[in-house]
Amino acid sequence: MAESSNDVSSSIAELEEVYETDYEIGQDNVERLGLEMHNPVFFVSAGLIVLFVLVSLLFPDAAKAGLEATKSWIQVVFDWVLLSSGSIFVLFCLMLIVLPVGKIRIGGDDAEPDFSLVSWFAMLFAAGIGIGLMFWGVAEPAAYYTDWYGTPLGVAAYTEEARTAALGATLYHWGLHPWAIYAVVSLALAFFAYNKGLPLTIRSTFYPLLGERIWGMPGNVIDILAVLATIFGLATSLGFGAQQAAAGLDFLFSIGDGLSTQLVIIACVTGLALISVLRGIDGGVKLLSNINMMLALALLLFVIVASSLSTFIVNLGHTLQGYAQYILPLSNPVGRTDDTFYHEWTIFYWAWWISWSPFVGMFIARVSRGRTVRQFLLAVLIVPTLVTAVWMAAFGGSGLDQIAQGAGALADGIEDEALVLFQMLENLPFSTITSLLGICLVLVFFVTSSDSGSLVIDSITSGGKTDAPVTQRIFWATTQGVIAAVLLSLGGTAALDALQAGAVSTGLPFTFVLLAMCVSLALGLQHEHKLLQYEEMLND
Amino acid sequence: MYKRILVPVDLQHVEQVDQALICAADLSKHWQATLCLVAVHGTTPDGVAAGPGAFAAELNMFAREQATRFDIAEIDSRVIQSVDAAAELDQRLQQAIEEEQVDLVIMASHLPGLADRLRLRSSNAAQLLRRSSVSIMVVR
Repeated sequence: MAESSNDVSSSIAELEEVYETDYEIGQDNVERLGLEMHNPVFFVSAGLIVLFVLVSLLFPDAAKAGLEATKSWIQVVFDWVLLSSGSIFVLFCLMLIVLPVGKIRIGGDDAEPDFSLVSWFAMLFAAGIGIGLMFWGVAEPAAYYTDWYGTPLGVAAYTEEARTAALGATLYHWGLHPWAIYAVVSLALAFFAYNKGLPLTIRSTFYPLLGERIWGMPGNVIDILAVLATIFGLATSLGFGAQQAAAGLDFLFSIGDGLSTQLVIIACVTGLALISVLRGIDGGVKLLSNINMMLALALLLFVIVASSLSTFIVNLGHTLQGYAQYILPLSNPVGRTDDTFYHEWTIFYWAWWISWSPFVGMFIARVSRGRTVRQFLLAVLIVPTLVTAVWMAAFGGSGLDQIAQGAGALADGIEDEALVLFQMLENLPFSTITSLLGICLVLVFFVTSSDSGSLVIDSITSGGKTDAPVTQRIFWATTQGVIAAVLLSLGGTAALDALQAGAVSTGLPFTFVLLAMCVSLALGLQHEHKLLQYEEMLND
Repeated sequence: MYKRILVPVDLQHVEQVDQALICAADLSKHWQATLCLVAVHGTTPDGVAAGPGAFAAELNMFAREQATRFDIAEIDSRVIQSVDAAAELDQRLQQAIEEEQVDLVIMASHLPGLADRLRLRSSNAAQLLRRSSVSIMVVR
């Protein structure tokens, strides 16, 4: 018995040795002026950001043509890679839910969640997807139903089949697949940081595959790419978001949607984000996320009641039925004839979600300590998908009803996608109040995106340290605002398009990064499971 | 005069709190006051420990080392956990002052320099002075 106990102890020691590293978190950091910056990630990222912005401003048309050509090339040539990878991520997550590794608790057996379930769910939407739900909740189903820019699997527009396909395809783009992408990244980051003691930065997720090499060039490249994808994704979203919010305000109050309105919006969002950053996660992004969740819930209930509960239930049925009916055909990369829909919607979304995944994934990881792998995946995969189904059925369904009944501006089809939400609300009571609420929600979601984005970029550029001075987060939040403002002022939409195409293009390299991350995570979880089994044997 | 003294410590930069520790040890003997070392720590790994449990053990060991060093029977230690230690440091220290019922804080503070003039960093001691009603001694 004593011998077997010794065997178990030595097996545990052997296993623990695998993750023992001499690398000390922050050892590559340069400390200047009270700041802590990873060398070379901070400096190379900052240099490349300046370079890309300058090129986009000096040669906006050439940059736009070049980067959009790259994006289109990726969308057409690697369509099957992106589509199949999306399905692999979903299957991988579902597999982890049912396997014994699902019992592993993030942060160890004694770890307790840092946030309540409600706040945690609210924050899942804070890092980027909340804005999308506001913006595309009506516009996307309406676009598919009216054949604005392709229909899913080429179904005929304005038919009952188109309604089911529109709602089902929208949920396909916003349901299990994006959340599986985020779940893979966030679970990998959380697991390797909280269970294996590695720094909270993208490179750490490759320790089982690359070992000590992650502290060198391969790790630097991965982290720099993550910083660029995040900052350009956020800055261009802020730029486009400012245009959309200005259009919405102009639609409501006729205040003009010119550059000055857009710049004021960027300044307000950035200013609020700075206050939120200074207040920390609890007093900033968590508080705002909770407020936004309540406001979004109020708007959702209003839309459901105002456009009739029975219609909502029918539309929810259409959404879930459409999702179940179309999930497999839409996941099939072979023999597609709906070229426009397939490449310009589905593949664009997959590239976008994947390029956005380091940012959203790291933020989710930061707030998810204390949950088991199974709880984490069920919550990150299933709950947001159900919430999105309800949201799309209410907003999208209401929009489709108005189109089908020929009511309001939507009956003439989509002219400006930024206004579709407001055009739908216009046909319901109290439209000024609800539209204003809609704009507030969009703006606050931008604030939480900017705040959480700064938190994430700061963690990566300070070598995984999460207690670097808050000034650094202020720097990154300001940088996002400045890039958005400069691009809008000097380069206009062409410059924003160029950088956004660049950000989306990082989706392809990140697809391979994420596929490798799945392998690495599986190895890490298997290692932890074995370790826990040995520890159990020792305790028995 | 004082019954309980709190010393905020940063285990990643222990050399910077040494003066404060010497001062606190001296005064605790003078007034027969108990000493409590407090660290505000995040939930993610850092250069000191891989997680909150390991960090608490490190702080406990540090407190015991200081007790031996200054020939004090016992020095208490307490980790205040925070999901965002950088942003919540002042707030959490204030929480520790209230919960530990201390009447004196002895803390280290950096020398003002260019970063302070450029407003790139703020002083936790200055923030605490503004927030707290207990006596605070700033040591450099």
